[in-house]
Amino acid sequence: MDLSRRDLFKIGGKLLMLASAGATLDEIIGAAPPPEAYRMADHWWGMLIDIDKCIGCGSCVRACSEENHVPSGYFRTWVERYQVEEGKQPQVDSPNGAMDGFPPSQRMDLKSFFVPKLCNQCASSPCVQVCPVGATFVSPDGVVLVDETYCLGCRYCIQACPYGCRYLHPEKHTVDKCTLCYHRITKGLTTACCENCPTGARQLVDFKDPKDPVHEFLRNNKVEVLKPYMATQAKVYYKDLDGAVR
Amino acid sequence: MIPGVDGFIYPNEVELQWGLLIVLYPYITGLVAGAFILASLERVFKVEAVRPTYRLALLTALAFLLVAPLPLQLHLGHPERSLEMYLTPHRSSAMAMFGFVYLWYLMVVLLVEIWLEYRADIVQLAQTTTGWRRLVYKLLTLGSENVSPEARQIDDRVSYIVTVIGIPSAFLLHGYVGFIFGSIKANPWWSTPLMPIVFLFSAMVSGIAAVLVLYMAFMKVKKTPIDMSCLDTVAKYLFYTFVIDFSLEMLDLLHRTYEADESFRSLDFMVHTRLWGSQVILQICVGTLLPLAMLAANQVWRFSELRRKAMYLIASLLTMVGIFAMRWNVVIGGQLFSKSFLGYTTYKVGFAAREGLLSAIGLMALPFIIVVVLVKLLPPWAEGKASEV
Amino acid sequence: MAARKCGQKYRFRLGFALSSLFRNAGHLIRPALVLLAGLAIFLLIRAVLVPKDFGEYGHYRAGALEMISARPISYAGHSQCVLCHDQEAKAHGGGKHANVSCETCHGPLAKHAADPTANVPKLPDVANLCRRCHEKDAAKPKRFPQVATVAHSQGVLCNSCHQPHNPQL
Repeated sequence: MDLSRRDLFKIGGKLLMLASAGATLDEIIGAAPPPEAYRMADHWWGMLIDIDKCIGCGSCVRACSEENHVPSGYFRTWVERYQVEEGKQPQVDSPNGAMDGFPPSQRMDLKSFFVPKLCNQCASSPCVQVCPVGATFVSPDGVVLVDETYCLGCRYCIQACPYGCRYLHPEKHTVDKCTLCYHRITKGLTTACCENCPTGARQLVDFKDPKDPVHEFLRNNKVEVLKPYMATQAKVYYKDLDGAVR
Repeated sequence: MIPGVDGFIYPNEVELQWGLLIVLYPYITGLVAGAFILASLERVFKVEAVRPTYRLALLTALAFLLVAPLPLQLHLGHPERSLEMYLTPHRSSAMAMFGFVYLWYLMVVLLVEIWLEYRADIVQLAQTTTGWRRLVYKLLTLGSENVSPEARQIDDRVSYIVTVIGIPSAFLLHGYVGFIFGSIKANPWWSTPLMPIVFLFSAMVSGIAAVLVLYMAFMKVKKTPIDMSCLDTVAKYLFYTFVIDFSLEMLDLLHRTYEADESFRSLDFMVHTRLWGSQVILQICVGTLLPLAMLAANQVWRFSELRRKAMYLIASLLTMVGIFAMRWNVVIGGQLFSKSFLGYTTYKVGFAAREGLLSAIGLMALPFIIVVVLVKLLPPWAEGKASEV
Repeated sequence: MAARKCGQKYRFRLGFALSSLFRNAGHLIRPALVLLAGLAIFLLIRAVLVPKDFGEYGHYRAGALEMISARPISYAGHSQCVLCHDQEAKAHGGGKHANVSCETCHGPLAKHAADPTANVPKLPDVANLCRRCHEKDAAKPKRFPQVATVAHSQGVLCNSCHQPHNPQL
């Protein structure tokens, strides 16, 4: 059957009307709009840890391990318990990284507290500096990541990290570490450890977000990073960090 | 309670990352640098007495340089990706830049120098041998058979220039390894500006000692009398270099003890316990003080030829063991203590594992096998003579 | 005339010296050529093997960012649970455990949120779960509710007396 130009116009016009009607209907019903694309330049990630709120339950360690399939015996995050006696070296322990919490403290009379630790997402990272091939890097939004398809497994970065947060994955034979749950934060979620911390001791922060509570927090509280003399520009801030913490 | 762990260490610090093979690697590159410096003594500094060891030193350097990347390859999690260091080197990484220093040293310094030195022999051998050997020599001539006196004079001139460039290149080759450790601010056992210099001088010591031992061994095998003035001179330079090396290491120790910074207590305890055998006994007493005493004695008194040979041999062997112990103490020692300064872990060497004792022994034996092959291919000495063809 | 002949002789000598130099140094071209050939091969290999997106944002493969972002999620997040479990959410939201995420006790539930009937979660192990947070310890903040569980309950399970979603006692 031959279609005349007139017929074509008629059919085309009808289709156009249907399509626009459908789109309007969609809007009226309220279908979910497509998610806003994540723009790296809008974010500069870090974390806030409040020592006084940590109860050493190890939920963060378990959550991280589940979320990121961390191999047993290795840790992307862990919690340390400090027991400080006057004039002595602190007693520190971290049984299996506090995966199952802590056994009861033996002494009641010492100053003791918990310190959760993770990759400090250093802006001036010594581990990135020493990588010979560019397998580890600081992303444009401030997260230190490892490209597991490019890593040689030379382990120079593990040597260079002052905080002991890296390890060699026993099956992949590449270096692994905390990614600040990059796969979650780029989708608007928080990290697995922060999500599961029952007391809110760990908080994900975005320094580039003017509405983030971190700005007020840093203005009003005394905070410190671990090993500040290393000048790594660490982005994990601790409130009420005791001088005994290593 | 984790077996082997004392006190508190960060949970990821239990396993050592750099093991026996990474101890072996600076040892091997050190021997390269040391052997080359000995060779340059004759070529650049005109120390004629060591001429009989010149060619052997070059071949030794080459043999060890060829083996040097192997412990690294065995250590890598993904050795098949090692080419990435050349394809996308990270300019801020000493390790990446080292790949190019290595390549430069191998291609432009060592191979060119050996080729220039042996060219006349290669051409002659290409003309006199038969079969596959002839093919090998013909290939090595690179197609040119010009060995006229003028050509050889130019060769000498160029060789001199290459050696002059080669000395700082050799310094760079091994100094870089020292910098790879010395630039790590996270590790106080490694982090010191002295590290490249200490590594370099200990490399020179081990390299000179290695050539001395090889020279004596080859002369023994060929049943040729040793050129004693050569041996005495090599031993003298070994002594001088060792004095400087020992002084540098003592300076480092003194400085640490005096300043007694945050890490000192932890490191001091480590040296007194876990590193006592390898550092105090093996490296310092047996590997440094004893050979130094033997070499010093020869500078003060005159012993019989037989006694001198025995002392030089024993001193050199002990030196080589001592310098190996030094590498062990730096690499392994730097990982035995926790960066929290509150605890220690243990290193257990596997036997048949990829990075185990068996691999290390094989890798250490390989350069000696290669040297034997090279000596057969490019004879350093004429038949029945201690000096060259 | 003599000067011209003299000049000619010197030019002849220079020419002879230069050609002699070239003849006798000619062999040096060969190792230089070998090195140049090596360099050319290396550059060729480099052009082929280096990933095309390398260096886009920095000295790394830009594709790694997408690769890492695309990893699967195991914890759905508190906000996902309340979409269906609004009864529990109401009780939970008014009590002392209001700031404790559902998955802290119930484990990772993204699979369950994606397909509720296919992935039914197991109930938490009460004996160990509660004590991990609430066992009395010198290192825990003094204001945090904690008891010596053995003395407190003599082995009776915590949820016999306390309602986990909204612990009143």
